[in-house]
Amino acid sequence: MRPDIVVIGGGTVGAAIAYGLAGKCNKVLLLDGDDGDFRAARANFGLVWLQGKGLGMPAYQALTRASIALWRGFTERLEAETAIDLAYEQNGGLAFCLGEDAFEKRRLDLLRLHNQRGDGEPDWEMLDRPALERLLPKVTLGPDVAGASFGRHDGHANPLRLLAAMHAGVLRHGGALRHRARVRRIEPAGTDFKLTLDGETLVAPRVVIAAGLGSPELARQVGLDVPLRPERGQVLVTERLEPFLPLPASGLRQTGEGTVMIGATKDDPGFDVSTTGEAAARLSRKTVQIVPALARVGLVRQWAGLRIMTPDSYPIYAQSQSHPGAFVALCHSGVTLAAFHAEDLASAIAAGSLPGRLSPFHQSRFDVPQAA
Amino acid sequence: MFRKLHDPGPQAVTIFIDGRPVVAEPGESVAAVLLRQQEGWNRTTPVSQSPRAPYCMMGVCFECLVEIDGQGSVQSCLTPVAAGMRIARQQGRRSLSA
Repeated sequence: MRPDIVVIGGGTVGAAIAYGLAGKCNKVLLLDGDDGDFRAARANFGLVWLQGKGLGMPAYQALTRASIALWRGFTERLEAETAIDLAYEQNGGLAFCLGEDAFEKRRLDLLRLHNQRGDGEPDWEMLDRPALERLLPKVTLGPDVAGASFGRHDGHANPLRLLAAMHAGVLRHGGALRHRARVRRIEPAGTDFKLTLDGETLVAPRVVIAAGLGSPELARQVGLDVPLRPERGQVLVTERLEPFLPLPASGLRQTGEGTVMIGATKDDPGFDVSTTGEAAARLSRKTVQIVPALARVGLVRQWAGLRIMTPDSYPIYAQSQSHPGAFVALCHSGVTLAAFHAEDLASAIAAGSLPGRLSPFHQSRFDVPQAA
Repeated sequence: MFRKLHDPGPQAVTIFIDGRPVVAEPGESVAAVLLRQQEGWNRTTPVSQSPRAPYCMMGVCFECLVEIDGQGSVQSCLTPVAAGMRIARQQGRRSLSA
């Protein structure tokens, strides 16, 4: 098939865009990388999360809110089309606070975010320890837990099933998906783009670069300079337990299968996905402070992934000025933003221009005027 | 069915499997005792609830998990018996408190 549009990058971001485009009657070709590539999509924690996000960046706060508002419908459609259960739950989420100072700081941070938003009823509250205990009857909290913030819109899903479902959705809508398809070069060919892969070339009038940490090299070839760095995050997972944690928390959630996921660290070792004993110890210590009984539970796996970090940590959405028809979409919250990527962003790309509300996400925000 | 080849004699200890007293010999593993029991299983799996018995007997396969003295998911093949030990067969997903 001669595609209308090629999406480079089969991770959570690229797959969501391709799924959305395929549903809008575009002939979509989704190019996925190699097993040896850094795949943030396969290391994800699985939160669909609002609380605490976007301080200093109202547009991101609004974008996250908009995507979460779309998530339920997005899930239902995707599940109906693919028969894959995403295990999406949206019963609210917690951020535990260790100590009264942390509790007060959390309250002020969320209040600042609320004031930044400017209107609407608060969709969060601070729960003191007795209120938290009522919410979690099967948990004996550690003595340092002062309480938690509760975000009404927060939730979680299975990120691997989400990825598999979006891939299946692309195929179901007549799109094509190719694995181990590494794009070496992108160059203009008339009004089209010519993509050079290992041993073949593809031609398409539009191209979306959503190749995570592999994106800067490709984006540069179409006149888009996207500054990115890898940030390592490490996660632990326990053996399966009877359900005891009814709500996901930032850094602690019990999955539908019963395992407990514990996250996540942040450091900058470069392109390195090795795990460290130091991270396992730190994550375990923090978790046992919250739920002491977890000290007696077995860990079955630890892994690391690389977040796709921009200088201000917020997404980049842009169309090239020098090469119209070439788009870039990069972020590290691909699960939370999946519904937005599949719906609004895919519609905008299909229409050929990004709306004004996405202009705060253009990478030109990182351009510093030359000093005299 | 496995059986013990010799009598442990006067040094025998009593352990409890799901509340039932069972004779064991100091130095043998809990898994070895479990294998001698009429019920040929020590746990059911968290996924399909299928019954499992000790398999590798050397700490590798994790099939022999049981609850011992209130601690869940203990590898019984690596745990020597002790007088008065209380063992519970583990059914499906263990609870946080065990």
